[in-house]
Amino acid sequence: MTKTTIPVHLDINGHHHDLQLEPRVTLLDALRDRLGLTGTKKGCDHGQCGACTVHIDGERVLACLTLAAQVEGRTVTTIEGLAREGEMHPVQAAFLEHDAFQCGYCTPGQIMSAVACIREGHAGSDDEIREYMAGNLCRCGAYPHIVAAIRQAALEVAS
Amino acid sequence: MRDFDYIRPATIPDAIAAAAEPGSAYLAGGTNLLDLMKGGITSPERIVDISRLPELNRIERLDDGGLRIGALVRNADLAYDPAFAKSYPAVAEALLSGASAQLRNAATVGGNLLQRTRCSYFYDTASACNRREPGAGCDALEGENRLHAVLGWSDACIATHPSDFCVPLVALDAVVEIEGKKGRRHVTLEEFHRLPGETPQRENALEPGDLIVAVRLPAEAASFSANARYLKVRERTSYAFAVVSAAAALVVDGGKIRAARLALGGVAAKPWRARTAEAVLLGANANEVTFASAAEAALADASPSGDNAFKIELARRIVVRALMSAQAGTPERLPALPASPFSNIPGARHDA
Repeated sequence: MTKTTIPVHLDINGHHHDLQLEPRVTLLDALRDRLGLTGTKKGCDHGQCGACTVHIDGERVLACLTLAAQVEGRTVTTIEGLAREGEMHPVQAAFLEHDAFQCGYCTPGQIMSAVACIREGHAGSDDEIREYMAGNLCRCGAYPHIVAAIRQAALEVAS
Repeated sequence: MRDFDYIRPATIPDAIAAAAEPGSAYLAGGTNLLDLMKGGITSPERIVDISRLPELNRIERLDDGGLRIGALVRNADLAYDPAFAKSYPAVAEALLSGASAQLRNAATVGGNLLQRTRCSYFYDTASACNRREPGAGCDALEGENRLHAVLGWSDACIATHPSDFCVPLVALDAVVEIEGKKGRRHVTLEEFHRLPGETPQRENALEPGDLIVAVRLPAEAASFSANARYLKVRERTSYAFAVVSAAAALVVDGGKIRAARLALGGVAAKPWRARTAEAVLLGANANEVTFASAAEAALADASPSGDNAFKIELARRIVVRALMSAQAGTPERLPALPASPFSNIPGARHDA
């Protein structure tokens, strides 16, 4: 095997980036270590905690279990790309209003996952929100406020 | 993670040629493989990224009434395909009971079949594991093994296969379509996964370079759509592998069982088709007494592989519950907690 890097073109939050990466670099490490987009968090790095949740072509996935090379030609949105023209996304605003965090480390992943959860139509009841947000862990245990924030944001997005 | 060469072939023959070289591995969704590579459990020298092969991404109705699901169809896309969920509700329910929404958006049909056991000794490279390193021994035998196999295990390996999806699939006679250097062949899912015996490292019927291109369901699989359920007992409410699960599918006419399918998950190194239980069900009255007899038959050969005798009785009970749920009828809507035994009680729907 020859040790080498490969060219990887990434489309992140509407900006284009041309990188030279070892093939083993995950999307998560490319975002954080190469592009300075540290809003996407490294929690477990094993696909169990959801802190690294981003959107690829509008759908929530885990950046820690995705190679950067795999998303070439796809559209990636991170927490830094969620606000529009200085306006917070309704889910971001709802998390603030409901105090839906303590330490905040899981919050970017929670918010990215919640935006998708609402878009998928899985925020119809508290039980449904809990089930379809099960892939995002919060060690502080802010779950009741997270569910309340998503419930409110879902109503706002629908109206 | 050790570094590797990254290849993105444009065609299936190119992919097979690349993957037939020693040290190669296919990459699709990556949800299991990349995790294994980070832990050093597997260290391929060449990654063959098949995730963009377009012909593997389709769900096709076949002329004979069957269905062909491309190997790269993602778990979420299959579960939310309205026609699929209507015809094969237990399969959709199993898919939605597995992993998390983020993982289901990446994980594929083929990858689900090929996911490795979640035995913690397999994942811990400091432990002895015959599956990871043939001949090394098995630390699970004298270790924490309350979640390990109760059917089909050997002294070489007591691990279980973690898939939910495969459980209703094997009950419905799914067939794996494989393409390799010698062309295309079909293997039933029941024969695809292997029991450990003395060679637990041989997990399935694939040869080097072989690529799963599709999973097929025969026409008859849709005949159970009105009475099919998947139930899964987990150690927490959601986002956990099965302790025990069961897929049950019935055709009931005039109170008699005209056709029956039953399979168990979390109990063996493969999705476990319970054919002797099906024989008990066929032609019998559809009631709890019959279902209890079927459960006895399904677990007749079970034995604890460690501190897990409880799983045998748990499996009997989940079989009865799954059969009763199937008899009661497929719900109009999936419960908010798919496959949860605690959400199918009449009047207690979580989305009510």
